[in-house]
Amino acid sequence: MIKIIKRYKWFLLLLIINVVIGVIFPNIGKISFQITKSNFLQILSVVPPIFILLGLLDVWIDRSTMIKYVGKGSGTKGALIALLLGSVAAGPLYAAFPISMVMLKKRTSIFNVFIFIGAWSTTKIPMETFEIASLGYKFALIRLALSLIGIFIIAFILDKAINEDEKQKLYAKADLSI
Amino acid sequence: MNKKNDKGKRKLFTIILYIVAGSCLIISSIKDHSKTKKALNKALKSFENILPQFLTIVVIIGMVLSVLDEATISKYIGANTGILGIIISIVIGSITLIPGFVAFPLAAALLNNGAGPAQIAAFVSSLMMVGLVTLPMEISLFGKKTAILRNSSAVIFSIVVAFVMGALL
Repeated sequence: MIKIIKRYKWFLLLLIINVVIGVIFPNIGKISFQITKSNFLQILSVVPPIFILLGLLDVWIDRSTMIKYVGKGSGTKGALIALLLGSVAAGPLYAAFPISMVMLKKRTSIFNVFIFIGAWSTTKIPMETFEIASLGYKFALIRLALSLIGIFIIAFILDKAINEDEKQKLYAKADLSI
Repeated sequence: MNKKNDKGKRKLFTIILYIVAGSCLIISSIKDHSKTKKALNKALKSFENILPQFLTIVVIIGMVLSVLDEATISKYIGANTGILGIIISIVIGSITLIPGFVAFPLAAALLNNGAGPAQIAAFVSSLMMVGLVTLPMEISLFGKKTAILRNSSAVIFSIVVAFVMGALL
């Protein structure tokens, strides 16, 4: 019970503040509750299928096999797999960093590593569906198209900016990690 | 933007989403029952993980919108605040560390209440690609030069995205 309260402390605190505001300023309180309720119901109606897709992607896609195919000299195919690997992910950006170390261990090119990080940060499929549901398909799809271009440009810049010596150091570091 | 038409399309999208997820779930359970169970567990766990933050942001949105009117929101991040509104959005997006599942409802609420599409695009893009809070971690893994270069390229990219989307939407 205490654990639950601790996890939801911010929500509960804000709810109490909201009630207090509602008592002092009934008008503002009423509007606030109405907005909260309608937002909550709207989001709740789209969330179940998105999380089911997230769960299915997680169990059916074999990441360790995919990482095998992004090794040294994997070229364009490797870049596409890196893009896919990032897109089927779930979790925050910092969770991608340790995986990119594993990729470096397999001697993935620096370009592919940053394609993977870029994809992880912006083109995740469950996230993309939620963006369409919240912000509309026009907004989400234009942003997706721009992001795909941006991911390649940023990966290209980083690949060119890091010299051979620094790349070797990065590989050596990856070998030592985990 | 035609809001009513947009709402109808979103409803259609939600229905399609349910059909797709439902079909995938059926195929999955025919192929492997225990894997499907695992997937549903993962789905439930992920949702429960995000629920506290999600509930908090929904209440915050309600409170903020009940006090701030459209005029105030559009004064700071409205469509005609231009580059200044974009920079404000990018600064907020770069320093905050909130997951997309929490950020999109917030972005949608702001967009429907006076914020400009360019500014919201800047916020969403920088939120996902730029991480000031996680920069130390990134530096320790990739080195200073690479981490800073990646984040600053992402900032520039977010500005470009904002301008393109501002022109298109």
